[in-house]
Amino acid sequence: MTGITNIMIVGTGGQGVLTAAEILAEAAIAMGHDVKKTEVAGMAQRGGVVTSHLRFGPKVLAPAIAPGEADLMLAFEVAEGLRWIAHLRPGGLAIVNTMRLIPPVVSTGLYQYPDDPLAEARARSTRLLSLDAGAIAAGLGNPRLGNTVMLGAAADHLPFDPAVLRECVLSRFRHKPGMAEPNERAFEAGRAATAAQSAA
Amino acid sequence: MNAAVPPAAGRFLLSGNEAIARAVWEAGVRVAAAYPGTPSTEMLEFLAAYPDVDTHWAVNEKVSLEVAIGASLAGARAFCCMKHVGVNVAADALMSQSLAGARGGLVLAVADDVGLSSSQNEQDSRYWGRFGHLPIMEPSDSQEAFEMAKMAFEISERFEVPVILRLTTRVCHVKALCVTTGRREERPATGFSIDPNRWVLVPGTARKRLPLMFERDKALAAFAEQTELSVLMDGTDRRVGFVSMGPAALAVREAFPDAPLLKLGFTHPLPMGRIRALAATVDKLVVVEETEPLVEREIAAAGIAVHGKDILPSSGELSYDVVRPRVLRLIGETVPESDLAAAPQVFPRPPTMCVGCPHLAPYYVLSRMRDDVLISGDIGCYTLGAGHPWNALDTTICMGASMGIALGISKARAEADAERSVVAVIGDSTFLHMGMQGLLDITYNRGNITVLLLDNRTVGMTGGQEHPATGRDIHGDPAPQIDFPKLVEALGVKPERIRVIDPYELPTLANAIREETKIAEPSVIITNQPCVLIDSHKRKPPFVVNEDCNGCANCLKVGCPAILVTRRETKVGANGRTRELAFVEIDTPFCTGCTLCVKTCAPKAIVEAQR
Repeated sequence: MTGITNIMIVGTGGQGVLTAAEILAEAAIAMGHDVKKTEVAGMAQRGGVVTSHLRFGPKVLAPAIAPGEADLMLAFEVAEGLRWIAHLRPGGLAIVNTMRLIPPVVSTGLYQYPDDPLAEARARSTRLLSLDAGAIAAGLGNPRLGNTVMLGAAADHLPFDPAVLRECVLSRFRHKPGMAEPNERAFEAGRAATAAQSAA
Repeated sequence: MNAAVPPAAGRFLLSGNEAIARAVWEAGVRVAAAYPGTPSTEMLEFLAAYPDVDTHWAVNEKVSLEVAIGASLAGARAFCCMKHVGVNVAADALMSQSLAGARGGLVLAVADDVGLSSSQNEQDSRYWGRFGHLPIMEPSDSQEAFEMAKMAFEISERFEVPVILRLTTRVCHVKALCVTTGRREERPATGFSIDPNRWVLVPGTARKRLPLMFERDKALAAFAEQTELSVLMDGTDRRVGFVSMGPAALAVREAFPDAPLLKLGFTHPLPMGRIRALAATVDKLVVVEETEPLVEREIAAAGIAVHGKDILPSSGELSYDVVRPRVLRLIGETVPESDLAAAPQVFPRPPTMCVGCPHLAPYYVLSRMRDDVLISGDIGCYTLGAGHPWNALDTTICMGASMGIALGISKARAEADAERSVVAVIGDSTFLHMGMQGLLDITYNRGNITVLLLDNRTVGMTGGQEHPATGRDIHGDPAPQIDFPKLVEALGVKPERIRVIDPYELPTLANAIREETKIAEPSVIITNQPCVLIDSHKRKPPFVVNEDCNGCANCLKVGCPAILVTRRETKVGANGRTRELAFVEIDTPFCTGCTLCVKTCAPKAIVEAQR
């Protein structure tokens, strides 16, 4: 469909994927777009795979992004980034958090975690940026800011002004003044982390 | 509790479930009841945040529908919602009330889990419309859900019939922009009018109502031909024309924007005249419906040439990438083999129990007794006990089935199973939903079953709702609280065969299960610690693994996701046998301090983290 932007946000239950998708949706609405957002997260609280699809543009019909159609994928966990890499369109951009979350099926030896999921993803994607959002957040004094770091990392790769997304992030903390400033720093740290890299 | 959209006019990003809650409030509904079930749960949760609607969790779907029917008979608009399998439970009330009909607008929203994200089957609820002679409406997104839900009350009153609003996961859980009016219709209850010839369904009454039901079918079919709920979206590419509804219709429009599409909003009875008119103008007619070929068969039976499940799957979502290539092939276009790279193979992340979950211990114990027990399970988080590493469930069917299945297994016990005890595992809310009757059957019929009643004080799997044993209502306010030991005693279990145990006291729990399975009488072991995701759960100081870890891997058998393997080794013992060792660490920030793993650690290497 012409004029539609397709963004996938992927990770595991409890990582804040759904909240990040919600904030991105708010930003798209603020830009006057029609928006649809869908996820499969029926049992996600229990450590499962979470994927959120966000589509926006003049008029959005189907809510789900077809394989090979995503313009941007935001991966909150590196193996999840690899899992969904084929959903990117040719030339689409992956922004991948290098954090590893090891599920019990791997801990107990039933399955192997890939040795280097980032390299595998890079081999399949023409454009990929990576960052250690958890470490950046910890460096700012609060590991829970990782979510905002990831949104910051995406901010310069959206079809609208990064300030719109930043405003939507910060508006979440309108009533928690103590949290606004750390989130602003996290957002900017995420932007800086991807700005320093070349995607090609 | 979910915050609802403010009761003002506006354009909001709403899930289908939120949009319906909003519409129900705006329609002036006075009574709403439901039992939680994915993907329907949030409808009632959001509705509970609105004023002037009596909203409550019912013990099961049948009771929730009966409450809504009662309210309708009293002249109030009434709403009830459930997941697809809930209608199986409610069907007794639904099928008969179809004869008597509705007075105040009565809408049943049914959410089909197309694609089975969190269900034991994938059934097509549109069958109930055919079976029960009831009208069905199918929205495709939040705005349509909002508008159709409001219309459904009007249709219900106009035709004096309960209306089914059929939803799927891709309506319930998709968020889209939705314009609301901000006005609530004033619809005071008109009062119950005594009319035994209508409301008392005995053979004499029901017989007289049957012809009226068939007349109603005809009136609804005439309405289907007129209503603007169904629209013809015309197109210039007449090689193919579509009949579709719900989210599948959006996929069709996106895949074939130039082809005519009769998008049905009111989907039962069918507007066969409009379908015939479309068929006459296109080369091929294709029905795209989730999930079974109900509309397709009726069109074919009307003598109209039609395609559908000959080219499309009968299960799962009919999304853009499913519909487009199949229809292109039908109209003779060559579809190139997908040039998409195959998705990489990555380990699965099956849903598992949470860190510190109170269900871990019972399944750890059962997994240690695996050869001595047959275990019938039930519907809830504890169904996950079937998975790795416990592998400690042998059956799961439907809500409450653990009881009857266990009794049947024990009654038929074959020679091969003679040495095995039969255990039934059920959760608190599921027990109240449909397990109580099964336990009564066990005690009455002298069954020898050990019941594990895992009371985690909430409906866990659907996100933590209240029920009659939590002491809270849907608003979080104090409510009368059922006492499980008294309840199971009243159902015929001897007081000495009822034990209440803290599941984190692992040896006590293990001894109780071993003892009760050896006693040839019904017994009930109730675990009493809350779900780790609800407010009443209190975290304790977390643990770490010190250098004394000897790789025995006992702790991994608990199945707690916070226990991670750091290193594996193969050790050759003095006797020449090899042993697989797994050295571990604890993901301390997630540890709840429950101490289960501590109790399995032979070298006592799991210790409280330094603070």
